[in-house]
Amino acid sequence: MKANNSLGLIFFPAFDWAISPAHPEREERLLYTQDQLFEEGVEDIEGINFFNPSVARPADVQRVHFAYPDVDSIVSESHYIAAGGVMRALDAVMSKETDKAFAMVRPPGHHAQRVTYGDRGFCIINIEAVGLEYIRQKHPDLRVAIIDTDCHHGDGTQDIYWNDPDTLFISFHQDGRTLYPGTGDMSELGGPGAYGYNLNIPLPPNTGDEGFLHVLDNVVLPVLDDYKPDLIINSAGQDNHYTDPLTNMNFSAQGYALLNEKLNPDVAVLEGGYSIEGALPYVNLGIVLAMAGLDYSAVREPDYHEAKWRQSQRVTRQVEEISRQVLKNWENRKKLAEEEFRGLRKVTLPRQVYYDTAGIMETQRQEFTICGDCPGVNVIHSVNDRGASLIGVQIPRQACPSCQREGYRLFEEAAKAGVKRRFLQDRSNDQYFAS
Amino acid sequence: MILAIDMGGTHIDSVLVRQGELVKFVKHEVQRNDLFGSIWHCLQDLLQDQDKNEISRIHLSTTVCTNAIVEGKVSKVGVILQSGPGINWDFGNLGDNLHFLSGSTDHRGVVAEDFDPDDLEAIKKSFQQNAVESLAIISKFSPRNPETEKEIMSFFADAYSEITLGHSLSGKLNYPRRMQTAYLNAAVANTFRTFARNMLTALKQENITAPIYILKADGGTVDLGSALKRPVETILSGPAASYTGISALFPAENEDAVLLDIGGTTTDIFILADGIPLFEPVGIEIDHRKTLVRAVYSVSIGLGGDSYIRADEGEIRIGPERRGPAVAYGGEVLTPTDALVYLGLMSGKYPQKAEMAIASFASELNMDTEACAAQIVTQFSESILRKIDDILERVNKNPVYTIKELLHGQQITPRSIKVIGGPAQALAGALYEASGLEVTFPKNYEIANAVGAALAKPTTEISLYANTERRILSIPELDIYESIDRSFNQAEAENIALRAVERAGAAMGLSADQLDSEITESSSFNMVRGFMGRERNIRVRAQIRPGLLYDFQPTRERGKDESE
Repeated sequence: MKANNSLGLIFFPAFDWAISPAHPEREERLLYTQDQLFEEGVEDIEGINFFNPSVARPADVQRVHFAYPDVDSIVSESHYIAAGGVMRALDAVMSKETDKAFAMVRPPGHHAQRVTYGDRGFCIINIEAVGLEYIRQKHPDLRVAIIDTDCHHGDGTQDIYWNDPDTLFISFHQDGRTLYPGTGDMSELGGPGAYGYNLNIPLPPNTGDEGFLHVLDNVVLPVLDDYKPDLIINSAGQDNHYTDPLTNMNFSAQGYALLNEKLNPDVAVLEGGYSIEGALPYVNLGIVLAMAGLDYSAVREPDYHEAKWRQSQRVTRQVEEISRQVLKNWENRKKLAEEEFRGLRKVTLPRQVYYDTAGIMETQRQEFTICGDCPGVNVIHSVNDRGASLIGVQIPRQACPSCQREGYRLFEEAAKAGVKRRFLQDRSNDQYFAS
Repeated sequence: MILAIDMGGTHIDSVLVRQGELVKFVKHEVQRNDLFGSIWHCLQDLLQDQDKNEISRIHLSTTVCTNAIVEGKVSKVGVILQSGPGINWDFGNLGDNLHFLSGSTDHRGVVAEDFDPDDLEAIKKSFQQNAVESLAIISKFSPRNPETEKEIMSFFADAYSEITLGHSLSGKLNYPRRMQTAYLNAAVANTFRTFARNMLTALKQENITAPIYILKADGGTVDLGSALKRPVETILSGPAASYTGISALFPAENEDAVLLDIGGTTTDIFILADGIPLFEPVGIEIDHRKTLVRAVYSVSIGLGGDSYIRADEGEIRIGPERRGPAVAYGGEVLTPTDALVYLGLMSGKYPQKAEMAIASFASELNMDTEACAAQIVTQFSESILRKIDDILERVNKNPVYTIKELLHGQQITPRSIKVIGGPAQALAGALYEASGLEVTFPKNYEIANAVGAALAKPTTEISLYANTERRILSIPELDIYESIDRSFNQAEAENIALRAVERAGAAMGLSADQLDSEITESSSFNMVRGFMGRERNIRVRAQIRPGLLYDFQPTRERGKDESE
């Protein structure tokens, strides 16, 4: 058997690491996936190759995060390796070593935001973003679309790419009013430099295969056709599955595989998904086959009955309505941005961020400067309920000379603010400062 | 005294070895159409002046199964597959008598859906109409739960004596390989049984009653009784005998090294990590079929002492083809051997002819004769070393699954090269130049394979799987399926695995001090199900460590008579 697309599998189950012995993010998580992949003979398919992950360095993390107090204090080996898995996947694809790559790594990353004090939703660093910003050092002009198919809103990835027009972020997830982390409303469209490039598709509980594929066909694919990314990354969380213990959706292995075939991502990254016996072995196999361009029609959960998991008429109507609205927002994004930001020179975004795993409450104020020549410099003021405080200044990759100067000035100025840590991310020169 | 026979493609070597000491060595040509006769003539030659009563065991490296497979002279196999959901593999090379059963077992070993027993009647009829000779029955995830395979077998047991069940061959998870391995096992079962019967009859006529062991591709042996159940394990034992032979001829060292067997047509490369050979990650490939048969990892490249040399657009090209022997030995075309003979590194029958051949080739390339010969030798050595580098790069990238292995795993860095074969001594200098590594070669390299066959130890490997939630323990290779209580733990699992593999070793005739059992992999995973207690999922692999029955004593004189 030969793959139609060569596929690099960065399969790294980290069999010697857990958040804690009974935590969902434990050694056992990918054990049954490994059993299934081995028993199916995936390693013998010509064109599917197993790669070991790279290991991210603190500098790779600094490119994305303001890590408090510093990167090494909060990031463990397992996180460096999970992010390294994504780096390896992107390297393999960009160097044409393989057509596509799937980083089946743990722990996940899509809840990790720009400021990181510790663990949120099992994530400390955003592994897709660390991988993507790493590969952008070699390929600076990449236009990238990240499609997050995890059942939870990818709030970390949204925060990181909020103001970056070269990174389109689309998340579909169970409606935030019914599930952690609570965000992900359609109205969250992006910062002034990238308004409309952040698309949320909140779906009602019990959405089934039909609903997910409707969103794909009627929102995601048309938007991608329009945006024309150089690279598509799928944040492939697997907790929309009907057996997932933490969520309420009705998606199947067949549905995941078909979604991947249609989406045709260059790189997929495992995110959440904790039905480790009932879903992951089948969903992962389905995604592997779909990415490799192989027949997945016989991949099926042993207990799957289509009729049982079919979505209701009511759900179908809701999904159709949401899809129409999101697509309209995309099409009208320029007009909406003008209305939203007319006459403004700065936009301030106050927010609160709860770290469920670490039990930390953070209060933030993000300030985006509006610049006619680039996405503009931005600053985060953050304090948390443990007494930590920081100011983080970000000069975007695409920054104009004046915004570059402004970034350094703001970093100097932050010294007077009396915060415990201040950071400068000068992405335009790949230079990072902390004090 | 051990009697060993190593059957290669062209030659059959036999030896008598007493306590690691060579007594006698005989070499014959193989008659491919009469393998049994070839063995027999060689044996008679070997034993004519020896005391047969002294023979305590017979070791046989045979190509009967390999040849039967490669030449397609196999039994007509009826194959029954229960694939269940998953990948649609191509089953095209499993013959025409292939049937699929409904139902499936999942990765936990839970039967998700039963097969329809009514289908079996029709399958049986079809097998009988098509004169099927042996059966292979394979179910996905059968090592986790063999019941389906066993149930199917019981239905056919009255009609067929040769039935191979997938789970009996290996505890490793790989359904397509299990399918191929079971198919091949059933395909050669009759061939091997006939061969064994002839062998036993002939030995009996000679009043030799010593137990027979068959060489396997993993460098170990298996007793004849087990080999009759799993004849597929006897395939491709040639390179393994050569590996065991090389390791017998060189003093044991626990270091990373490269072993080379440079023959006429090819060079076989083996890699040692801390003195232990690398194995094929899953199993060996034969006739474009990937199997679960454990094998010493070896790479064969088309470069040997007799490789055909010619010029191609002003460049020297060596191999992979062989067009007869070297000019120095009466051949027609230039070979690396001729370059070595011309340079005085090796002796030849016709050194002048070799010189003429080199000189004419050199002038064709506008080169000085000596420079040309030297260039051939350098190129030959460098090609081998390039291949070694490729292999090392690949094996050092083998996937790992733990943080410890990824961050602290050892890379293989050879410290020496050990070479056997005709040009070994002559090439040592060039190999050293090209690699910077210590290069050693033994005397009497020609006895290596047969000595390797004589000294190889019975080996076996088992996989234990335990799940306290389902309260089950299994060791598929030994057909052990038992229940356990919920307190069962990893230490108990390791203990059971070691005892089981030792029992298996003892059953193959190993004495207590030769057992040398070890755990090769062991892990225990917490299983958390709801809010009720912790369960464990335990996986352990154990083996009889491959190795030599005795250390070989190459310095002692040949044929010297000492009692055991």
